[in-house]
Amino acid sequence: MNTTPKIIAFCCNWCSYAAADLAGISRLQYPGSVRIIRVMCSGMVHPEMVLHALDKGAEGVMIIGCHLGECHYINGNEMALARAEVIADTLEDMGYESERFQITWVSSAEPERLAEAFRAFCGRLAILRGELADISDSQDSRF
Amino acid sequence: MADQSMNGSVLVVGGGISGMQAALDLADSGFFVYLVEKSGAIGGSMPQFNKVFPTNDCSMCIIAPKLVECGRHPNIRIMTLSTVQDVTGTAGNFTVRVIEHPRYVDMDKCIACGQCTSVCPKSVDDSFNSNIAKRKAIYIKYPQAVPLKYQIDPTSCLHLKNPTKCGACAEICPPGAIDFNDREREHIIQVGSVVMALGFQTFDPAKSKIWGYGVYPNVITSLQFERYLSPDGPTDGQLSRPSDKKPVKKVAFLQCIGSRDKNRCNNEYCSTVCCMYAIKEAMTIKESNPDLEVTIFYMDMRTPGKEFDRYLERAKNEYGVRFIRSRIHGVEPKGTKGDLRLHYISGQGQQVEEVVDLVVLSVGLETPESMVRLAERIGIHMTPDRFASISAFMPVHTSKKGVYTCGAFNGPRDIPQSVTGGSAAAASVSALLTSVRHTQTRSLLPPVEQDVGGEEPRIGVFVCHCGTNIAGVVDVEELAEYAATLPQVVHVARNLFTCAQDTQDRIVQEIRDKRLNRIVVAACTPRTHEPLFRKTLKSAGINEYLIEMANIRNQNSWVHNQEPEVATQKAKDLVRMAVVKVQTQVARKAIRLPIAPSVLIIGGGVAGMTAALNLAEQGFQVHLIEKTTQLGGNALHLFQTWNGEHVPRYISELKENVQQHPLIEVAYTSTVLSVDGHVGNFSSTIRTGSSRKRVINHGAVIITTGAKRYIPEEFEYGKIPKVVASIEFDKLHMHNETRVANGKSFVFIQCVGSRNEERPYCSKSCCTHSIQSAIKLKKEAPSRQIYILYREIRTYGQRERIYNQARELGIVFINYEMHGPPKVKKDGKGVLVEVWDHVLHRPLEIKADVVILAAATLASPDAMNLGNLFKIPLNSDGFFQEAHVKLRPVEFNVDGVFVAGLAHYPKPLEESISQALAAAAKAGRLLARKEISLEPNTALVDPVNCDGCALCIEVCPYQAITLVEYEDEEGTPLKTVNIDPVLCKGCGICQGTCPKRGVDVAGFTYAQLEAQIDAALEEEAPLEEQL
Repeated sequence: MNTTPKIIAFCCNWCSYAAADLAGISRLQYPGSVRIIRVMCSGMVHPEMVLHALDKGAEGVMIIGCHLGECHYINGNEMALARAEVIADTLEDMGYESERFQITWVSSAEPERLAEAFRAFCGRLAILRGELADISDSQDSRF
Repeated sequence: MADQSMNGSVLVVGGGISGMQAALDLADSGFFVYLVEKSGAIGGSMPQFNKVFPTNDCSMCIIAPKLVECGRHPNIRIMTLSTVQDVTGTAGNFTVRVIEHPRYVDMDKCIACGQCTSVCPKSVDDSFNSNIAKRKAIYIKYPQAVPLKYQIDPTSCLHLKNPTKCGACAEICPPGAIDFNDREREHIIQVGSVVMALGFQTFDPAKSKIWGYGVYPNVITSLQFERYLSPDGPTDGQLSRPSDKKPVKKVAFLQCIGSRDKNRCNNEYCSTVCCMYAIKEAMTIKESNPDLEVTIFYMDMRTPGKEFDRYLERAKNEYGVRFIRSRIHGVEPKGTKGDLRLHYISGQGQQVEEVVDLVVLSVGLETPESMVRLAERIGIHMTPDRFASISAFMPVHTSKKGVYTCGAFNGPRDIPQSVTGGSAAAASVSALLTSVRHTQTRSLLPPVEQDVGGEEPRIGVFVCHCGTNIAGVVDVEELAEYAATLPQVVHVARNLFTCAQDTQDRIVQEIRDKRLNRIVVAACTPRTHEPLFRKTLKSAGINEYLIEMANIRNQNSWVHNQEPEVATQKAKDLVRMAVVKVQTQVARKAIRLPIAPSVLIIGGGVAGMTAALNLAEQGFQVHLIEKTTQLGGNALHLFQTWNGEHVPRYISELKENVQQHPLIEVAYTSTVLSVDGHVGNFSSTIRTGSSRKRVINHGAVIITTGAKRYIPEEFEYGKIPKVVASIEFDKLHMHNETRVANGKSFVFIQCVGSRNEERPYCSKSCCTHSIQSAIKLKKEAPSRQIYILYREIRTYGQRERIYNQARELGIVFINYEMHGPPKVKKDGKGVLVEVWDHVLHRPLEIKADVVILAAATLASPDAMNLGNLFKIPLNSDGFFQEAHVKLRPVEFNVDGVFVAGLAHYPKPLEESISQALAAAAKAGRLLARKEISLEPNTALVDPVNCDGCALCIEVCPYQAITLVEYEDEEGTPLKTVNIDPVLCKGCGICQGTCPKRGVDVAGFTYAQLEAQIDAALEEEAPLEEQL
């Protein structure tokens, strides 16, 4: 029985995995539910793998690659982006909320951006769980 | 044929990054290296730094693998606590006397457990931590030190001072490594060449009272600030005021402390690195405390390097660091609570007072007195600024033949230049000693690899404490107990530092004793440390790829350090994920290929010719191709180097040497059309002048395609004949053309086309160039009025001398940045230049006879095409982007391709030459191996699953996949794909695309990734239930 929600984050060796290492060096803090799986390139992640993770009980899946135009393998992240659209469509068909999957870009020098991406993604999933109120669309009288 | 009069060993003096680089390049090029270091461990200054500019990489993390590489290289002998007494003999055959000072700890016995330190009663200031913390009398220099062996400081040890006292360390030391009877030893070493990488020390600001250093506790040096910011420093990266430990709210950096200062310290030169490190430190502290106010008080922001100006702009605009152009001459206390008062003159000329919490003194670099004396003993000349005296044309050659020099000992410089210098020195040594290459080296054959393919996995898990980095957060005992319960895990051990040298020996032993055939190391990151553990596996006789790392530090204990239970839980998951992955790891063999022993050099400027000549002297065939009809490149337009050496004479000698060398073949009016192959075996098609095509096979390639000059569109250039560009002016000046001969007033305008929105970079050499021209004009006729309109004068390093000379000669420097660019218009026969006078605070009109524009250096338009041909990147300014700004300055991530000179970034001649030699060192190091091993991290086809649908062929970025059609035994036509293991880079885009699971990248197979997902999501049963 899976009680603690977990997030699978595929991080590419050259940018986001390096940023994750740097996040540690900078002692940035992010939710402990993230489980990083190192891949060589974001373009290595097969769409079926994302579905598999959700089927096995992952609360969400992230693919994090180098910024577009900065792929170590020329254009692997563009491939990943093209597939991400397919993945998003498929998820809906399978009955998963599209919020459960996210693709994003982080350079090896952007640990803060990575930590923030983890925090934001976990926040969105908490909203799905109903643990956090969704305030993104609500009118806030202070503004 | 080995030359009897030459010796194939080399002495490298100084174990900092420059010396380490020289040692590694030499040892890999077939020479035996003695690396002599005066302290207890190699590494130099880099381990003390928190981060490095302009990437803000962690300094320790990038240097650590190099430390271990030096530590375990079979052809590098590290001699610590050792000093060179004298060097006698001649090039090719020197005799060196080295004194090794006693460590009082037997290096063979010490296991670096640290028990000695915990019982040692004597605390003293820790110089590694810049004296902001204490260390014991028995200590290691820093936790990742190589060699990782304790040492006793005899000046503070109680027992060594009085043998009846203490001795606690000797009593507790488990292996009995303490040896109070250790004595000084003398070693006589025979070497063929010497590389001096003597390094620097930072200026001691206590020498002058005016900054209050050593008087007011809240005045600290930039190096102390680094240690405060370091996560592995004594305050764990937390900054507070030294006087009262209160949070800091307002910091002031004072630049040029011990630099550009003839009066107080006789350091006339600019220390080159302080502007950048101050920006870095300011950014770092702003990152963790955005509300903190940071001001940098400076004279000129000297950020001329690659991406440096962008870094400066980011600090200003994104981080909100305040920059004030004013030199501060005094720090006073304000009140009794530790605050500090500064006075400065504002841009408007007003006296301003400012009160801050903390003052950081950006201390300059200088050569330690002991190193000046060593240089004297060896007989190498020094400059008045006490750096090694070197010619711009031979930037790593000392005045003594066979003795080379690199790093900050050649003048203050940053890490990439020091690394480049280390490689350049190695290239020069290789050329000198090429006849005795491989005569002193030994190759340690790893033990025969056992085939464990058929065996049931027997996994050993090594859990690292990383001091307290992991063990302080994760319950490592619980983790180890848990790991022991995982399937196929037969051995679990915990280590204080799993990466330490002694742990490697233990891992080897345990692999043998427990017949382990798979290893999991739960520690830091595979990106930096997997190569180290792979070598350990190799020396234990099992395949180096049978390892997986669980990243429980960087991606766990450090990012969840407030939640120990969460971190422990996650550590278990990470170990489980590593265990399931390693279960299906298979042995892989590196692909070995012979190397074509020749080099293609593209571009026949000074960088190209320098690299060509060095490689030819090293005995390799060189194909030098040049686009135009003559050699020389941009240097054909130069007259002198910054220190006044005559360029045209040098160029003609260099050309002659290149043209006459039997191993160099020059092809004029030639360009590269296409490139095939890979490192060790490129085959490039060249188009020569007569439109003939020819194919050149080469093992490596060096790109030295130079740059071009900017043709100004501003300041009426091309419209008023008396407005000329610097290079044109040099020619007019040389021929004493009437405009120059009759000229009474000259105005130089700096940064024309540089440092603007379109090109936000500095062209680096223009300030020096204009000042040199101005000095010459003034010396010819002292009555001439000469003005230099500048934004920042960037006469970095020892060039500062010519800036001072210019001012002493009465050349007028006017800063234009604050009030906009000057205006130029025609005025009768002359030119009228209007600029704001920042001293008089009013517009100033200057009647000029000639206006000289310091025009920018632009990237070569050919770079884009070459970048595409060799699959190497350009930066946003169009210059080639090297593999790592700091530690791989002439390499690319594509192996076997190197860059040097202006193609990399604008730079003065001696830096181009140094880079060219460094590129030659890298190419030579590759070719000297004769055979190359390629990492077998490639995609493999599963012939059962693959049906030849060819989807992968389209997506492969390297055209490594081809369709294969064949027939089975019954004659049925079938299709599959073939992957060229040499072209394949292992990105796995094919794997992500394949609908049939027909292709997998070794080490990251579909099944392995899936197993990791499953393991990550599997809920671990409570320990009690499993037992």
